[in-house]
Amino acid sequence: MNKVHHQHARRLSLWLLLTPFVLWIGLLVLLPHLQMLRVSFQVRESWDSVTWGLDQYAHFFTEPYYWRTFLRTGLMSLLTMILTLVVAFPIAWYIARLARGRARGWLFLACLIPFWASELVRTYGWMILLRESGVFSALLQWFGFAPTEMLYNDVAVVVGLVYNGLLFMVVPLVTTLDGLDESLVEAGYDLGGGHFTVMREIVVPWAMPGIVSGCIVVFMLTLGSYLTPTLMGGKDSAWFTQQIFTQFITRFNWEQGAALGILLLLLSSLMIWLGLRLTGQSLRKVMG
Amino acid sequence: MTSSVMTSSQDSATTACDLVCQHLVRAFGAHQAVDDVSFEVPAGRFFSILGPSGCGKTTLLRMLAGFETPDAGDILIQGRSMLPVPPNRRPVNLVFQQLALFPSMTVAENIAYGLKRHKVPASARRQRIDEVLAQVGLDGLGHRQPAALSGGQRQRVALARCLVLRPALLLLDEPLGALDLKLREQMKVELKHLQQAFGTTFVYITHDQSEAMVMSDQVAVMREGRFEQVDTPEALYHDPQTPFVAGFVGDNNQLEGVVERQEGGQVGVRLSGNNLVMAQCLGPAASVGDQVSLFIRPEFIRMTPLSSGSLSADGMQPEGSSMHCQAEVVTTLFDGANSRVELRIGRQTLMARLPQDASSVHFHPGEWVALSWATEKARVFSGWAS
Amino acid sequence: MIRSVPHSPWFNRIYGLYLVIFFVYLALPLLMTVVFAFNDSPFPSLPWQGFTLDWFVADPADGTRTGLLHDQGLLSALGNSAMIALWVTLLSVVLGTVNAVLFERLQFRGKELLYLVMLLPLVIPGVILGVSILVFYSGLANHVSNQWGIELDMFRPSMSLVVMGQVSFITTLSTLVIAARLRKFDPHLEEAALNLGATPWVAWFTVTLPWLRPALMGAAAMAFLMSFENFNTTVMLTGSDTPLTVALFNRLREGSTPVLNAVALFLMVASALLALVATRGDKNAEA
Repeated sequence: MNKVHHQHARRLSLWLLLTPFVLWIGLLVLLPHLQMLRVSFQVRESWDSVTWGLDQYAHFFTEPYYWRTFLRTGLMSLLTMILTLVVAFPIAWYIARLARGRARGWLFLACLIPFWASELVRTYGWMILLRESGVFSALLQWFGFAPTEMLYNDVAVVVGLVYNGLLFMVVPLVTTLDGLDESLVEAGYDLGGGHFTVMREIVVPWAMPGIVSGCIVVFMLTLGSYLTPTLMGGKDSAWFTQQIFTQFITRFNWEQGAALGILLLLLSSLMIWLGLRLTGQSLRKVMG
Repeated sequence: MTSSVMTSSQDSATTACDLVCQHLVRAFGAHQAVDDVSFEVPAGRFFSILGPSGCGKTTLLRMLAGFETPDAGDILIQGRSMLPVPPNRRPVNLVFQQLALFPSMTVAENIAYGLKRHKVPASARRQRIDEVLAQVGLDGLGHRQPAALSGGQRQRVALARCLVLRPALLLLDEPLGALDLKLREQMKVELKHLQQAFGTTFVYITHDQSEAMVMSDQVAVMREGRFEQVDTPEALYHDPQTPFVAGFVGDNNQLEGVVERQEGGQVGVRLSGNNLVMAQCLGPAASVGDQVSLFIRPEFIRMTPLSSGSLSADGMQPEGSSMHCQAEVVTTLFDGANSRVELRIGRQTLMARLPQDASSVHFHPGEWVALSWATEKARVFSGWAS
Repeated sequence: MIRSVPHSPWFNRIYGLYLVIFFVYLALPLLMTVVFAFNDSPFPSLPWQGFTLDWFVADPADGTRTGLLHDQGLLSALGNSAMIALWVTLLSVVLGTVNAVLFERLQFRGKELLYLVMLLPLVIPGVILGVSILVFYSGLANHVSNQWGIELDMFRPSMSLVVMGQVSFITTLSTLVIAARLRKFDPHLEEAALNLGATPWVAWFTVTLPWLRPALMGAAAMAFLMSFENFNTTVMLTGSDTPLTVALFNRLREGSTPVLNAVALFLMVASALLALVATRGDKNAEA
């Protein structure tokens, strides 16, 4: 009797705790995405009647502006991700392995501080620096050069995107490198390895979960970013999120916007899946 | 077969006993963690359950505390069945192995926790906390955080937290395991004193036979979910009823041999080589030719040096016993009062305690000695599959 | 590469230089933003015209400049953001606590799969999260309005929709923070509480919850910050009550003035204080 009672209590508490979770994930994540998928297959005939079809996806492939922007966004995100990794790795290594005592904490804090300001503030800072009336241009003029516009081009966008991604690369890298047993590196040298070999054979495999985690987050953030490409990019530096925004907010064409959204989601899922596959990591290990 | 050696609990009056367990069973899947265990603990006793890790003693204790539900059997505390009572309503308190002091509370708050739950008013609470702190020797440390205390002090807080509630029964789950050796020795004695001072019934589980022997009024030796023997520490030591108890409680030598003759309760066992030794036989009468294990404790072995060359001097065996046993010294192990000699008989090795008097002879490796012991000190268990 | 393995002085010098350049790169944009909040010039750019607090305190009644403290548009946007952030913090910390208990303390079939589902919002771009919620709920509101003539205003772009959009992913983050702390909790402590006479509920509130407190504080600070700073999800869902980030974005497109720098400085200081509270909570947890 006691046992049965016990099981009842257990079942009850499971349902009590499961309900908020199911409501949250169902009502705020799963159902909205399913509905978005449904809407992306709708074709509007008149203001109050729709049929089903693949027209929205057909538009995407027949309109070069769409798929070129799509491709461009994907490639630029990939480039940003790689650059962020390259820039962040030596910093993470220094913080995790070389800095001592206090310096370590301070350097780590210095990496965190910019991210207490929002993306908008950070982007605004870059605008003040780079634009024609900006600080760099003024310095150049002071040295006798003509005023230079450094904003509104792809390089500026990448600089801004890398800046935005740094923290999300540095933190997981520091965390994994911190756990690296230094005697492993010493053993690598002791057994005859050079700098490059030790890096490739010992350090990188060890840091892989951190590298993958950082790369996934940075890629995701970059792919989905809106502010930086919009504020720092030029006329030709369109970003895919801008097109989604335009369909929804400016044109009220939800069906087309939903299809574009689904395509972006597919791209990001595909890249994450590929990344995990190629490096043999699992989402749980990397994110959880 | 072990039930014959257990103290029977069915018919005796249960009121005088703080704890009565009847045919307790608890299985995890196919594994019988506790397998039909019955025992009773009279009020005010220090009762220990001794067994190797994995023998089911922790499961048994958790059933008493209410964190496990028995599959069968009953638990009576002061005559009341505990099965329908949830853990927070049982008149039982548990000192956890890792102590489980609440890290966010001070010592006094830890002790007050149970009192608050039992709705003791604040003034009485303060008085009882001061009282119990004094009793465990922690006066004036009530405001400290548990993390700021030494291992022994934390131990006392865990005890005080339970004792202040005046439970019918205090359960202790190897609470000394985390302490270092010196402190453990000291706490053993102190626990015994505390138990006597409070008069509370203690049920103590441990895998350390010395802890069980030093503190307990009664010890149950547990193995594979069952009680092998429930007895006083002295009886367990001098009169083990099963080979497991003989081997587990205290140091013992185990020698393999064949029964060669049998006289009443005594048997002559032929060891390897030309050695014949005598022992007390327990269980059904052994027959000649049986393969048996013989147990003899190191301190009961007497050693007499043999002058080299005269190995077969029968007259060297003292007291005219019918024993004839010679062994070669392998090495001596000096350890103060516990110094021993490692000996070899054929392929079997055994330990003997070095005599403690100054006349102690030095034994050198390679030397031969004659061994002897009082027959009743050595023990053979017949009827046990080895 | 590590301290015990020596390197050429050139390598060390270049490494050191790289570190310096990196931290300059990190600090420069923010430093400039802060500096120009005090420049006595109508544009946030060089040359330096002298120090002023106008961009914080100037009253438009007295002159041409409008300081942050008198800018009704920005102030009400700030209020909207705070309101949204409070709701998001409350909801996501409560949900996160429940989720943490669900995943750390209970055993049930399909737990691994549900855990992965719980992580999903982390790998969905914020814009998509916003868009999907807009499509689902606004579509629902339209449908209900057409069909039955009932207006579900809370499902139209508005503050409530912004809260829902932000809770969708911030809950995952708070779950991870709280679960990490709960994983380190010794379940024997709860048993000890029961053993001393506490009911399961009392044990939870007197023993487990105090243990979780630093993580709850940390999760709350993080949720508040993330909500306050969010743009991508918010911009898709906001109605007439624009929150601060969206208001700033609109201003920025019209052209920048040092008031924006003043707002940026205010945001940085507020976030820093909040982050300080959160890390202070973490420190106490270590002790």
